[in-house]
Amino acid sequence: MGSAEPTRPAGGAAADGNDAEARRQLAVCNICNYCNGLCAVFDAAERRARLAPGDLDLLANLCHQCRSCLYDCQYAPPHAFDVNLPRALARQRWASYRAYAWPSALAVLFAGGGRWFPGLALGITVAFTAAVLLAVPSSVLFSAQVGEGAFYRIIPWWLMVAGAGLGFGWAILAIGMGVRRFWRTTAPAMAVSAPPAAAAATATLEVLTLTNQRGGGPGCADIDHRPSRLRRRFHHALFYGFLLCFAATLAASGYHHLLGRAAPYPLLSLPVLLGMLGGLGMVAGTVGLLWLAHREDPAPTDPDSRGADRALLWLLLAVAVTGLALLALRETAAMGLLLAVHLGTVLALFVLAPYGKLVHGAYRAAALMRDALERRGR
Amino acid sequence: MSIHSASPDVLVSGGGAAALAAAIEAAQAGAQVLLLDAAPPALRGGNTRHSRNFRCAHLAPTPFTPDAYRPDEFRADLTRTGADAADPALLDALVTGSAALPDWLAAQGVALQRAGDGRLPYSRKTAFFLGGGTAAVRALTDRALALGVQIRHGVGVTGLELDGRRVVAAVTTAEDVAAGAQVLACGAAHADPDWLRRHWGEAAAGFINRGTPHARGELLQWLMAAGAEPAGDPAGLYLVAVDARSPAHDGGIVTRIRGMPLGIVVDNAGLRGHDEGADTASTRYARWGRRLADLPGQTGWLVLDAAGLAAAPAALYPPIRAPSIADLATATGIDADGLAATVANYNASIRPPADRADAAGWRTAGLVPPKSAHARPIAEPPFAAYPMRPGVTFAHHGVAVDAATRVRWADGTQLDNAFAAGMIMAANLIPRGYVSGLAVSISLVFGRLAGRAASRCGGGDGQC
Repeated sequence: MGSAEPTRPAGGAAADGNDAEARRQLAVCNICNYCNGLCAVFDAAERRARLAPGDLDLLANLCHQCRSCLYDCQYAPPHAFDVNLPRALARQRWASYRAYAWPSALAVLFAGGGRWFPGLALGITVAFTAAVLLAVPSSVLFSAQVGEGAFYRIIPWWLMVAGAGLGFGWAILAIGMGVRRFWRTTAPAMAVSAPPAAAAATATLEVLTLTNQRGGGPGCADIDHRPSRLRRRFHHALFYGFLLCFAATLAASGYHHLLGRAAPYPLLSLPVLLGMLGGLGMVAGTVGLLWLAHREDPAPTDPDSRGADRALLWLLLAVAVTGLALLALRETAAMGLLLAVHLGTVLALFVLAPYGKLVHGAYRAAALMRDALERRGR
Repeated sequence: MSIHSASPDVLVSGGGAAALAAAIEAAQAGAQVLLLDAAPPALRGGNTRHSRNFRCAHLAPTPFTPDAYRPDEFRADLTRTGADAADPALLDALVTGSAALPDWLAAQGVALQRAGDGRLPYSRKTAFFLGGGTAAVRALTDRALALGVQIRHGVGVTGLELDGRRVVAAVTTAEDVAAGAQVLACGAAHADPDWLRRHWGEAAAGFINRGTPHARGELLQWLMAAGAEPAGDPAGLYLVAVDARSPAHDGGIVTRIRGMPLGIVVDNAGLRGHDEGADTASTRYARWGRRLADLPGQTGWLVLDAAGLAAAPAALYPPIRAPSIADLATATGIDADGLAATVANYNASIRPPADRADAAGWRTAGLVPPKSAHARPIAEPPFAAYPMRPGVTFAHHGVAVDAATRVRWADGTQLDNAFAAGMIMAANLIPRGYVSGLAVSISLVFGRLAGRAASRCGGGDGQC
């Protein structure tokens, strides 16, 4: 027998990169299995005992950053097995965003934990605002504009629609291509699978309710080891707030095209009510999540990508706050500049969506779909 | 600096499920409680940290346990396991107390895993902690702290100061602590190498401790020397086969080697000693643990071919692999001639069943010892070997207690105000053998009883 007594099992130095470390830790989890009631990751890992690279990406994106499994782990540091699965999967997840980014040339934007993101977001916002400042005469930009079509006297309707359409279309295309590559690489663990419609219904429900961010019932370790429901609630506020804002935009285009009425709309109109409610939800959600990021125990998080998480939250907060300010001050001389800044932040959000933390939603939905196909197919 | 702010009504020694349950019950009854845990905070929870489930009687399905596990069934399981000579009052207390555990744990904030979640094996006799024992320990600790229990880590209780049969104070690794009553819940002595050597001789050096390094039993050993009545067998250890490369302590559940029925088990000389196919149930873990303790160097090797390895349960460390049996002997250090002869004899004696797909039906003929099931040839390269050693899980040795968990003395008396709970007294109920989830149930049930009994002693006014 060899005299060496390795204490980090399942062959592989941590230095071999994300894959090796995530695989090493999940191999411990796959034998222990004590955490399998916490979320979908552990059962899914057991189904793919080989832990191939695609498997690791799937598991990393199935992980909802609940963190309970670190505090519940008998092998967590300082144990020799050094299992910190939330951190290992956070690293793997970030690496997977980079690996599946489309076009590949832009994957570099994920480098260094997304260090380009804050500067680019600010740059796009400032550039757009500057363009408006240059293009729109000061007499128009800095005077109160009221009545139907007030916004379009600052930025022409066709430009607003083209900008939003191109930005949104770009985000959908780039994220869609990334998810397509992700879907093809994360091979199913088994041949049998459920009817896609039923699995899609399950996965959709899990996206909408964040089933996997319940820690198996009592909640997740949002701040320290104690079960909490804060992160899930803040995420709901942000997510549904975002959806309401999106719905406000759809309602506004309905007003425009079907009713022939140009913005701005009265306070008690559907677009404004939806937008106001959504904006408030987004503010509550982003502020809550930023507060959690400030308070949370850093142990289960990935220090390299923590900045990117916060950068996205700040951008979303900027979108919401400038939108609400625009609503509040739309009949004053500040409207022109606020409109420019708000649309600048929205443009930055769309253009950068495929290259920041926002992609997590798409990959997670795909991972939940894969998981639902396998679970229901069993 | 003093390790406590005021002289406690109840001093609890230990940090696992028994200690925490006792501290919570005593504090709920209004006592000032100080808990001393020899382990640092990161290793809090004794061996409960490594646990998963606990055994509990129930008459009807619950969200955490399907069907029913009647008290008489639980009793029968205990007596069949080895508690046939146990105090019936203790058996009753365990079985009755176990039924109350799920509700009690929920009230303390401990989450249990739902039985129907599709992720648990069917188990009507045990309920599972959501997230395992470490999660339960955290919740119980939070609960104890919220009730005002003072917890000090890194301080172990090593003895007691007696006045007749009354305990005046606890002797600790820091200063002595006077208290009205004591709960002794700091475990058995199996992590103490000297204690192991006393009972197992040189073989003890070959053992691996699967649990906390802090179960050194200073207090138990003091009690034995002072005249306490022993329970169980001082040489009785629950041993399980673990990978020989496991860490010296705290390897827990994942270091077990489980694939014996799929291969052959040899010693360093390459010789077999037992029928690997005889037991394919979970009872095989302990059977092999005990056998390994008797092998030279306490080392055995599970030898598999490629087919056996593919079918074997996942193991933590990769096996040692080689393209031939001779190379495997070189890589492992097993005697090459011995291993070659053993494998050749084994392969030659295999008698396939009529239905060759019936894996369990394969057996040897004329081989000593036989392999009575799953005797597939060891023929397909590459070959693999796992080094195995006995993994100490718990000791079948502790202090005898009466029905009120009071520590019994060999002269027939008992201590007035010292109550034992958990693995320091578990041998009253498991003097040998084991069934899953029993240790945590004993710890929680008797921890609660001991905590309540200790709280009734009040501030040391001699009422108990």
